[in-house]
Amino acid sequence: MENLFTNLAGSLRAALESTGLPAILTDTSMTMVKLTAILVFILLNALWLVYMERKVAGYIQFRPGPNRVGPKGLLQTTADIGKLMSKEVVIPKQADKVLFLLAPALVFAPPLMVFAVVPFGENMAAIDMNIGLFYFLAVASLSTVIFWMAGWSSNNKYSLLGGMRVVAQMVSYELPLVLSILGVVMITGTLNISEIVRSQQGIWFIFAQPLAFLIFFIAGVAECNRAPFDLAEGESELVAGPFTEYSGMGFAMFFLAEYASALVISFMCAILFLGGWLAPFGMTFIPGWIWMFLKVYLVMFLIMWIRWTYPRIRVDQLMGFGWKVLVPLSLANIFVTGLVMKIFKMLGW
Amino acid sequence: MLKTQEFTLNMGPQHPATHGVFRLLLHLDGETVVKAEPIMGYLHRGIEKLAESRTYTQVIPYTDRLDYLAAMLNNLGYVQTVEKLMGIEVPERAEYVRVIVSEMSRLASHCLATGAYALDLGAFTGFMFPFREREKLMDMFEMICGSRMTFNYMRIGGVADDLPEEFYPAIKKFLKEFPACVDEYDGLITGNEIFQARTKGVSVLSSKKAIQYGMSGPVLRASGINYDLRKKRPYGVYDKFDFEVPVGENGDCFDRYNCRVLEMRQSHRIIEQALERLQELPEEEPLNAKVPKVIKPPKGEVYHEIEGAKGVLGYNVISDGTVNPYRVHVRRPSFINLSLIDEMCRGWKVADVVAIIGSLDIVLGEVDC
Repeated sequence: MENLFTNLAGSLRAALESTGLPAILTDTSMTMVKLTAILVFILLNALWLVYMERKVAGYIQFRPGPNRVGPKGLLQTTADIGKLMSKEVVIPKQADKVLFLLAPALVFAPPLMVFAVVPFGENMAAIDMNIGLFYFLAVASLSTVIFWMAGWSSNNKYSLLGGMRVVAQMVSYELPLVLSILGVVMITGTLNISEIVRSQQGIWFIFAQPLAFLIFFIAGVAECNRAPFDLAEGESELVAGPFTEYSGMGFAMFFLAEYASALVISFMCAILFLGGWLAPFGMTFIPGWIWMFLKVYLVMFLIMWIRWTYPRIRVDQLMGFGWKVLVPLSLANIFVTGLVMKIFKMLGW
Repeated sequence: MLKTQEFTLNMGPQHPATHGVFRLLLHLDGETVVKAEPIMGYLHRGIEKLAESRTYTQVIPYTDRLDYLAAMLNNLGYVQTVEKLMGIEVPERAEYVRVIVSEMSRLASHCLATGAYALDLGAFTGFMFPFREREKLMDMFEMICGSRMTFNYMRIGGVADDLPEEFYPAIKKFLKEFPACVDEYDGLITGNEIFQARTKGVSVLSSKKAIQYGMSGPVLRASGINYDLRKKRPYGVYDKFDFEVPVGENGDCFDRYNCRVLEMRQSHRIIEQALERLQELPEEEPLNAKVPKVIKPPKGEVYHEIEGAKGVLGYNVISDGTVNPYRVHVRRPSFINLSLIDEMCRGWKVADVVAIIGSLDIVLGEVDC
């Protein structure tokens, strides 16, 4: 069980090699298979997460949630997406057509690109890059550009305000996000994501770096525009922010991409701070990849729980919180981490 | 040098946070409001004019459509005005029934205000909790008069019908559960750190300004002025109840919100007392005063005001001695509370505008009449 997927991949590779294909073709087709698997995984997850969110919201608000389409309402999101697909795509007259259509097409790209380096279990990363963490930071912030594209090209004042908010939010929260990870990188001395997980054998970093986890989690929630930082969308003020003018599948893409990026943040939380695929209390009879999912969904549930409890923060409070609280705290965290490491070294641990 | 440009944003008439078809033309500098122009009238139905061609009794259903969230109070204001004009004494039992349904209406309105305020600030679950209680109240209204929103329950000289049998257990159950529910709102909404950050100190309305602009209801009381007509100039049987008037200190959005939550607890107390006294009265006692079949008040003019859910709700009725009123004018608290919206919004962010409108608790049926 533990190596179910790696064995599958191994046997597939062996089968390909036995046909006598050139090595380059084998490698390419293996990568394609892996990436397709990831693509399917994320899209299915986005569908499932919409359903889960609605069920969680229902539970919090003492109502049943979707329960009509399919068994226990499981097909509700599928039906919703089907409906959205059949809707007309309305392009406003004054919109910048190219950008307007490009934005929803591109919005899935950043989370998908991040998943290329995410290990789903031991040896289960599509590409085990040695600067994986750096790559994640670089790619994840790209989605801001896409939201801004949507906000600008719609030529709508609400969209514009929403787009402005996205950019302001990114500038204020990217920094604490990066700085909080730095503590982890200092301890492990590597940017390779799989290596970071392996170095948590002794202690999960949530215990070694609790402050960093908190900052990373908050900044991460802000990064994927989830409540209480969903200012960009802010439906009670800005109607739907950058997505105001989108209809049909364009809207659905943004809608699903929100879950994909929330999934990225959950994966990163699990990998960097919750020990990734490592089993707690030596419960190794459960395979690593299941542990991984359990942790990811725990974080995901936390994000949903917060969303359905808290009101939205105001734009100036958001910036103030980012710059005056999170950035100094994350800098202090780096300082303390460095100090403690130095002391440990002097003591010869 | 960077050049900045002011831009205008039409908030409404179709916007999720304007509580109806209200339009606010915002002049923005970035996200900061420079000027806010309220534009209303999208829901104007000419109720005051319509009343002139109806008989006195036929006006009652129109009053339901003013503040449709607390329709019983509108009914009460109107029928009491006409009774004052005709000098009708209402039987005691009817008075208690009126108090019960009016306070239930106030609860229903405040539940909605509280929930919608949470929703305005982005807390969706905060919206669902008060609505659960509002739903129970609506069910009880349905038992009383068959309608959930527009009741047409009060009559000149009394009420339309006796409270039904099944109403008593329902209201008793509700009264028992309600204080815990308000505690829940306090825990989920009032005590929330972000909620307080969003509302405390936002758009402070000084007591002087509040009086100058004729504000009333929770908006006035939040500014620190203890003025509640139920206490100051009791009408009906309100002088017989033991309750307090919650008063705010700072006059900010938080106080305006909190006044409503505290008022819910007081309304709960009033209903409890009224129900007790009502059940002490013999059931044979009539629910209607002796009123002539055709209502023809004597020539004259009368003004009567009650404490509505949103503020002082006043009716001015002029009679020319015929079966139709010569003129009916309503002092609508929502409309008057809205008069300072420009000044209250200036200098605050777009998100605050939503919080300010929500804290004024306007209802567009009443603003536009």
